[in-house]
Amino acid sequence: MPLVLTRQDEALLDGDAGDGVALAMRVMVRTAAAMGAGHLLDVTSAHIDGCLYHGRAGLDFVRALVEGGARTVVPATLNVASLDLLHPDLMRVDPEVAAEARTQMDAYVDLGCRPTWTCAPYQLPVRPAFGEQVAWAESNAIVFANSVLGARTERYGDFIDIAAAVTGRAPAVGLHLDGGRLATLAVSVEAVSALCDDDAFYPLLGHVLGLVAGSRVAAVVGLPTGTSEDRLKAIGASAAASGAVGMFHAVGITPEAPDLVTATGGAAVPEFSVQLSDLDSAAAALTTTTERRVDAVSVGTPHYSASEMRRLAELVDARTVAVPLYVNTSRDVLEQIGELAGALAGAGVRIVTDTCTYITPILDPDARVVMTDSAKWAYYAPANLGVDVVFGSLQACVEAAISGQAGTPW
Amino acid sequence: MVTWRGDPLVAGAASGPVVFLTEPVSFWGGVDPVTGEISDPHHPQLGVELTGSVLVMAESRGSSSASTVLAEMIRTGRAPAAILLGRSDPIIVLGAVVASELYGLVMPVVSVPGLFQSRHLGGSAVVEPNGDVTVDR
Repeated sequence: MPLVLTRQDEALLDGDAGDGVALAMRVMVRTAAAMGAGHLLDVTSAHIDGCLYHGRAGLDFVRALVEGGARTVVPATLNVASLDLLHPDLMRVDPEVAAEARTQMDAYVDLGCRPTWTCAPYQLPVRPAFGEQVAWAESNAIVFANSVLGARTERYGDFIDIAAAVTGRAPAVGLHLDGGRLATLAVSVEAVSALCDDDAFYPLLGHVLGLVAGSRVAAVVGLPTGTSEDRLKAIGASAAASGAVGMFHAVGITPEAPDLVTATGGAAVPEFSVQLSDLDSAAAALTTTTERRVDAVSVGTPHYSASEMRRLAELVDARTVAVPLYVNTSRDVLEQIGELAGALAGAGVRIVTDTCTYITPILDPDARVVMTDSAKWAYYAPANLGVDVVFGSLQACVEAAISGQAGTPW
Repeated sequence: MVTWRGDPLVAGAASGPVVFLTEPVSFWGGVDPVTGEISDPHHPQLGVELTGSVLVMAESRGSSSASTVLAEMIRTGRAPAAILLGRSDPIIVLGAVVASELYGLVMPVVSVPGLFQSRHLGGSAVVEPNGDVTVDR
């Protein structure tokens, strides 16, 4: 299908809004054509992942936009970056890299993006409404926006996120369209429903979902009514790490899946039934060592919500940690929880904002074994940080931080 | 020699040894941008070098940061020579598009579902700007 542009799109390509917007529009149009889009559509917001520093290319791109006079034309939030601007003493970043990373962060703010620095923009007070067309990057945020909010975004990456923010346009394909949002696979959790009260069930289910679904939209059948946003977030984050999931339905819970027939559009779809052995295999795949002595604990990937911070504080229960316990959250949530932050710090909990413990050097360089409640962290940290990981529930993580020993992980 | 007719998502010419990925990889967190090797310990082809290869994969996986890492690898010369996909994948396309816009460096990306499905691939491949891919065995 050839890509048909409006006169306004053509004008932006021709440089009517400046060189920066023209560059953004070229990236948009070339990507839209490769995705098979017939046209572009208007978006109402963007979430930008490109602020995270991975070397010169990312910085060169945003600089070209700034120098070309581009500005955001829709509200744009910023993802985690490479630096914790509120707690700089926690990091051990090479000063040259830190300077480039900071320049990149500032450049995105110069374009008009909000310095939210969070991978969980859906936890901010203002978030997309049902049916809104948006352009979001960050794999876990994409899944949440599509699945839980019912907003519509494709699986966007760096560059096209900011291109959408400065042009207000996105390719009309895939998850933006009704047909692309229908489930083509059912994943039943009825055989393991007894485990639904365990926090660790959700990231493990997400890991299995990603492996089974790949890039398909799946309808998960059998989750308890009223499953919290925190738990749905955990499913999506893990599924987008182990697979290329951009959306899932939780039948009876998420807005486009009042029942399975609605989620699939009435089509017959293959069904996968999750067994206990699948969850055990996921836990085993996310644990890289038999060592039980842990050197550190890291929770909050994606960034913890205010309710997760409160639950962490309840579980710590004014005890003092024996090994460092890091929790990643947003500066917005930090403000929301007020005095609780001081109580956590008093117990030895180290609060990280603006970034995440698996993308920037924060953990003690001697830490060999790290426990986490996040399947996404467990998935990426061994390669990123060179550590061994023990996956477990938040409760198991807190007990490990208090005792220095990993008990029964989940 | 077999020639497949692909859809050039980012058009360009390239050639190199074929590396066929049995599972998708994420360029962020799954590939070391300095060595060009697969670094994802979950990947069955851990340690395989991608630099200069004609990389055949179904699609990418995982993080949206992969576009930037790929663009950076193209800039530093550590990227594959070309990427052949089983289906169009915006994350891969974006990395290649931005490298071409910023630096004029073209790493072709071609959607060739037929080639991906044939699986038994080795030897070397030549990629043409029109999307034709010729594999020597």
